[in-house]
Amino acid sequence: MAEDDIPNEAHGTEEHAAEHGAAVHHHGPPTSFIRKYVFSIDHKVIGIQYLLLALFSVFLGMLMSIMMRMNMTWPGHSWWLLAKLFPTGAPGGVMSPEFYLSLVTMHGTMMVFFVLTTAPQGGFGNYFLPIQIGAEDMAFPVLNMLSFWVTFLGLAVLVSAIFAAGNGVIGPTGGWTAYPPLSAIGDVLNVPGQGMGMNLWIISIALFCGGSLLGALNFITTLLNLRTRGMSLMRMPLTCWAWFTTAVLALLAFPVLLAAGVLLFLDKNLGTSFFVPAGLSTGTTVIDHAGGSPIMWQHLFWFFGHPEVYIAILPGMGATSHILSTFARKPVFGYRAMVFALFAIGLLGFFVWGHHMFISGMSPYTGMAFSVLTLSIGVPSAIKTFNWLGTLWGGRIRFKTPMLFAIGFVSLFVAGGITGLVLGQTTLDLSMHDTYFVLAHFHLVMGVAAIFGMFAGMYFWFPKMFGRMMNETLGRIHFWPTIIGVYCIFIPMHVMGIVGMPRRYSQFYEIVNGQVQMIYNFNRPTVPLIHFVTWAAIITVSVQVIFIFNFFWSMFKGQKATDNPWEATTLEWTTATPPPHDNFGGRVPTVYRGAYEFSVPGAPDDFVMQTTPDETEANIVTTAGTHAVQGKGDGHNGHG
Amino acid sequence: MGRALAVFIWVMTILSVWMFVSGRWWFPVAISEHGPAYDRQFFLTIMVVGIAFAAAQVALGYAVWRFRDTGGGVRAVYTHGSNRLEMIWTVVTAIIFITLALLGQRVWFSLHMQPAPAGAAQVRVLAQQFQWNFQYAGADGKFGHTDPRKISDESLNYVGLDDTDPAAKDDVVVQTLVTEVNRPVELILMSRDVTHSFWVPQLRYKQDAVPGLEIPIHFTPNQKGRYEIACAELCGQQHYKMRSYMLVLPADEYDSLMALPQAQFQARISELYKNTLSRLTNLP
Repeated sequence: MAEDDIPNEAHGTEEHAAEHGAAVHHHGPPTSFIRKYVFSIDHKVIGIQYLLLALFSVFLGMLMSIMMRMNMTWPGHSWWLLAKLFPTGAPGGVMSPEFYLSLVTMHGTMMVFFVLTTAPQGGFGNYFLPIQIGAEDMAFPVLNMLSFWVTFLGLAVLVSAIFAAGNGVIGPTGGWTAYPPLSAIGDVLNVPGQGMGMNLWIISIALFCGGSLLGALNFITTLLNLRTRGMSLMRMPLTCWAWFTTAVLALLAFPVLLAAGVLLFLDKNLGTSFFVPAGLSTGTTVIDHAGGSPIMWQHLFWFFGHPEVYIAILPGMGATSHILSTFARKPVFGYRAMVFALFAIGLLGFFVWGHHMFISGMSPYTGMAFSVLTLSIGVPSAIKTFNWLGTLWGGRIRFKTPMLFAIGFVSLFVAGGITGLVLGQTTLDLSMHDTYFVLAHFHLVMGVAAIFGMFAGMYFWFPKMFGRMMNETLGRIHFWPTIIGVYCIFIPMHVMGIVGMPRRYSQFYEIVNGQVQMIYNFNRPTVPLIHFVTWAAIITVSVQVIFIFNFFWSMFKGQKATDNPWEATTLEWTTATPPPHDNFGGRVPTVYRGAYEFSVPGAPDDFVMQTTPDETEANIVTTAGTHAVQGKGDGHNGHG
Repeated sequence: MGRALAVFIWVMTILSVWMFVSGRWWFPVAISEHGPAYDRQFFLTIMVVGIAFAAAQVALGYAVWRFRDTGGGVRAVYTHGSNRLEMIWTVVTAIIFITLALLGQRVWFSLHMQPAPAGAAQVRVLAQQFQWNFQYAGADGKFGHTDPRKISDESLNYVGLDDTDPAAKDDVVVQTLVTEVNRPVELILMSRDVTHSFWVPQLRYKQDAVPGLEIPIHFTPNQKGRYEIACAELCGQQHYKMRSYMLVLPADEYDSLMALPQAQFQARISELYKNTLSRLTNLP
């Protein structure tokens, strides 16, 4: 695979480094504030910028979800603050249905694009991928800066959509999937928010696609070309494999969304008809479009949209594998299987988009094929779960906060992922499609599990990024209500979906003279659960303040971190804390072994750094009574 | 901490399973011929899902309890995995998942791959923001021609019925779906503005109505009553209350209703709602 990256005695150190482009730093440390912290080309600064962008977006997104819950739980209630902030969207403080739908749209867009896509990949990936492979920076540092600022612009445009709509609603109301014709001709049909708000939404997403593409190119190039001496592909930490796979998915998926977005923009503003068929009516006049297909948008959107799910979750899987191994003091179980499973998920992820469309009017034959492919993707997902359990099995688990969240990730990933077996079946989708069951499924697996992956990563890497530890006690106080809370929110949503409760309804009942009056009687059994979930959500969101406090407090007041506080093995823990501008202070790290050599029998410590020279390994191997091929290892040692 | 986490995971698993088996939150009673087969497939799947969920969570809880670091400098087991185990769990999960996928096609196949049975009643369904329009052919058994240019909400011509077409004379367009118990019905789903979705929980049936397409679906209701029709695809601000009703009538009531022209048809439905329905209604 990467034989030529294995150290070769024919090359001297400098020669080798120059040839492979590793450790050639093209830019010195900047001195001005602007170049250092704003328009920085240092991947570490850009990583933190992405994380802060995601942090801002996630709080906005959570706030919106709480407002949605409040509206459906206490319909008709007048909220004093909303009356002041949104006099048109919430007249008299009572949220209007269109206000609710615009919350739905903005919540989804914020979370999927600006949180789940930015933080795990643009944030942690940007910061740690170059360090973990022993590079001084990304392959294209300027491109890296550009990708962040284009993404930032995308977020600015999206936020402006909240306020831009002339009719005073907060932005587009068609959902984050923006199905036409509602998105394309919604304004013609007098649907609030589908005018300028919708345009800004498309522009924002187009910008985001551009930024993500640049990032993906950079990740792929960096990983393939800038690995340091000895860092063969199969010695990389699983985090790097996950970021790499994610980048490949992003490279192939985002252009499709970009193209679809352009077509939608043309339909909406320039009278083309890619997605709008002939013969539609406003009720008084025929709408002047002909020849388009609404289903084509769904194909294009989900061709992007399904890989996007994996773009959100794969980095979390990588971080979880990494952290489980580190804190169980045990090598990753089935490293090679984990890599293949990542790739299998990535590959199959491109062949299952149709399971979002079983009941869309797409050919039912196609649906049957997509169904079988969809359930197949459960196999590599199960492989990952088994291997996580295998990693814990026989370990000596240290329950630090990052580990708590990583274990939480496994639990949530199982809980959320396994219901894919229900939703992936054509037959069962006849009832479950677009119910709260779907909501529960994807929020658990790509929302909450992915967020747990991020929390795990944040508690784990914070000391390296900021030179101080996050407070462990506050970390635990944050963990417990969060994991209890998310289960209380999302498990009940499954049974609400079984009852039949549809998604994207602004309310399910009205309060008339203090009495609950159902809009649909079939939803009646869900009323107590609606209240329960809302309270669980309010509490869970509130305790996130503990995290924010811990984050900023520890940044300045936390206990000083050593270079390797977790006794981990990978390259980021071999350098200073925080790492210098060129990551390794002019050194070129040499890698001698796989990423997860914990509890090696006979070794002086229960972890062996990737940079610990081979001689030691040879000694260890002799004492352990096994054999190893010098410098390359065999499959048994996890770095064939 | 390890033991606390284990206990939490187990308790959470028990509570989660309880939500599904408590019986408080389950499907409404199925009223279509394919309903019981649907329910069996769901039950089979949820059993597999539930067992796998519980097994994985229990194992996870066990691992964090059993393998917590208790000090004393004992090291973890040094292993990089087992190809045999990888093979076993890959093959076992693949067999289970693919089997489920194949079993999960049966009801779908019977509904979508077979044409509507002979003698099925045909109804044309035109969805609009935020209302369902059901068009019945009338005594001649022929649907009148419709034209989007004739659509006029003001004059209540929601579907654009062309009054110059003789076949249109006896057509009836109402906002209630009328079916006959134990008789197959074929709906031709259409939309005149945005995508909607026809959804009756008791039927175990959902299908989008897509602008520009005519999507035929068929099913056989087998319990008399009145059932709510919801829209299941976001269609605009009033999406949450785009409600109609489906009536499943005994044969005699159905036949006498179908013989009526528009005005009386409408009046008769209102009357049904008021009087007869109290004994037909299948609501909790």
